[in-house]
Amino acid sequence: AFFWLLSLLAASLLWFVSAQLSGREDAALLLLGAAAAVLLQELCRFACFKLLKKADEGLATLSEDGRSPISLRQMAYVSGLSFGIISGIFSIVNILADSAGPGTVGIHGDSPYYFITSAFLTMALVLLHTFWGIIFFDACERRCAGGLGLVVGGHLLASGLTFLNPWYEASLGPIFILTLCTGLWAFSTAGGSFRNVLKCLSCKQEPEGRVVLYSALQVPPEE
Amino acid sequence: MITFMNNSDSEEEPCNERTSLMSAESPPVPSYQDGLQASEAGEAQAHRKRRAGSSRGPNNIAGGETSGSGVPVRESALENEEEELTLKYGAKHVIMLFVPVTLCMIVVVATIKSVRFYTEKNGQLIYTPFSEDTPSVGQRLLNSVLNTIIMISVIIVMTVFLVLLYKYRCYKFIHGWLILSSLMLLFLFTYIYLGEVLKTYNVAMDYPTLFIVIWNFGAVGMICIHWKGPLQLQQAYLIMISALMALVFIKYLPEWSAWVILGAISIYDLMAVLCPKGPLRMLVETAQERNEPIFPALIYSSAMMWTVGMAKPDTAARGPSQQTWDAAEDGREHLQSPSHAESQMSETRSPVPTRPITSLEELEEEERGVKLGLGDFIFYSVLVGKAAATASGDWNTTLACFVAILIGLCLTLLLLAVFKKALPALPISITFGLIFYFSTDNLVRPFMDTLASHQLYI
Repeated sequence: AFFWLLSLLAASLLWFVSAQLSGREDAALLLLGAAAAVLLQELCRFACFKLLKKADEGLATLSEDGRSPISLRQMAYVSGLSFGIISGIFSIVNILADSAGPGTVGIHGDSPYYFITSAFLTMALVLLHTFWGIIFFDACERRCAGGLGLVVGGHLLASGLTFLNPWYEASLGPIFILTLCTGLWAFSTAGGSFRNVLKCLSCKQEPEGRVVLYSALQVPPEE
Repeated sequence: MITFMNNSDSEEEPCNERTSLMSAESPPVPSYQDGLQASEAGEAQAHRKRRAGSSRGPNNIAGGETSGSGVPVRESALENEEEELTLKYGAKHVIMLFVPVTLCMIVVVATIKSVRFYTEKNGQLIYTPFSEDTPSVGQRLLNSVLNTIIMISVIIVMTVFLVLLYKYRCYKFIHGWLILSSLMLLFLFTYIYLGEVLKTYNVAMDYPTLFIVIWNFGAVGMICIHWKGPLQLQQAYLIMISALMALVFIKYLPEWSAWVILGAISIYDLMAVLCPKGPLRMLVETAQERNEPIFPALIYSSAMMWTVGMAKPDTAARGPSQQTWDAAEDGREHLQSPSHAESQMSETRSPVPTRPITSLEELEEEERGVKLGLGDFIFYSVLVGKAAATASGDWNTTLACFVAILIGLCLTLLLLAVFKKALPALPISITFGLIFYFSTDNLVRPFMDTLASHQLYI
């Protein structure tokens, strides 16, 4: 979340400065600002990855069996989720606060579905960030530039689609399709598969294949 | 300091609060600890556990100078394991601190956003005599700087006073002072708070009910904080009084003064804890020399204290958990409470009595948890509350400050685990908080507002 905030800060600074310099605020500048924000977010995601990787290595060296207690996948999920949460919160909390107050939606001719579409868009964005986190970290781990490029491209696409906004069919629909596809991709990246899902759903108890070491085989730690 | 404890003795003493985290491990202590361990049962486990948590302030201090033999050898061998445990448990401690800090902030922000009273300007504390209603910006800035200077000097004076009292063993005086402060906080401020909340929601309450409610609340609070009580209840009370104090500050500190004071107090905290002649440091050293428990100061302890079943450790153990807040009166009256130094000390000191008794108990003792001074709570909440009150009704700023403070706390705890010395808890968090507040309010807000008005997402 902190990293996302930093990226937002940098992007706002950029936008603010450019707006001041050009002396006007128009849609093109906003587009530029939004694109810059997306790129900076991805950059911060990368920085987050680097930091977590270092932490992972540190934990691994310090732990007893050479493996860190948190796997990189879990870190990827958490990082993506936190990016998503903070991004979603920043997008929607002011709208929520306003929705409690007196007023009529769309009285000036805007869409009356503003709140509900905002809610859905925010949800999609949160999910997307989570998925992107997983895919991104995995791509960085395996040094797969294609994955990275697709994540950044996907983010730019999602953000760009929101520019079509009052035309909700064109923005909401594709964004949800994008969310679904990215979700499936992230799922398979994280090691999931159709069989896993079936196994999980059928709640079968697999026979434990693990062996328990008895104390006879181990020297008691106290001695 | 984070030794995890800063006691803010007085309410108004924002200054008093020591918001520093003190590393549980001060250099002399560990050796003692080790020695004790080695000499006693060679329970490396216990030793490791104790050293691991930076939260184990008391442990370390308890050791004091007395130890010595045979320890160094064990120490080097155990250091590695210690580090590992430190890091592992460090994460747990971070979470244990996040929850109360978050709760305190939530209470403050919820109150600020709903109860109008705390955002109305109704006069100022006597510690900030200069008004900010001046026509020019320069004059306003000057006034706020002067206010800050006065406030910080009051804090310094109180701290030094407390250190002197402690040095000359005027324990009864300090005790009385603390009790008076927490009495004032628990009864008077709660009464005002309850009154305002009832007014806001237009709920009628008759005086007898009010009396019974406040009496019970205050009496149980006094008992929990100064004597025995369930740990969670004690924690809840500490969070509540921190929130009340923070609300008082938010109400009575004028805007610019509040920000300058926040900045100045983190600098002061840094200096008081790290400089060799800093009052806090002197207090810690004195307490260490004397090897005695510190007063119940204002420290939030998330520790699982010694179980009630253990006879001796019990009384001693309660030391750290006794956190009185000397919040004292409302701003208009004079300062009473002693400074934070106390809080800081008490934390480390309380466990001392129990030390010699327990080597076995330590084995059973779980992570002792972390202790953070109430002053830290208060200032964090003041920052977030001010952000909520004055940021043009924007929630983004509040959230950004919140995240910044938590990250600062994380970093401070990390540094604590690395340096193993008393560290101030305020500077990093407050710096981040201030940076994020000003930047979010001025830069991010217009950007996000423009995006939101077109329903654009980034």
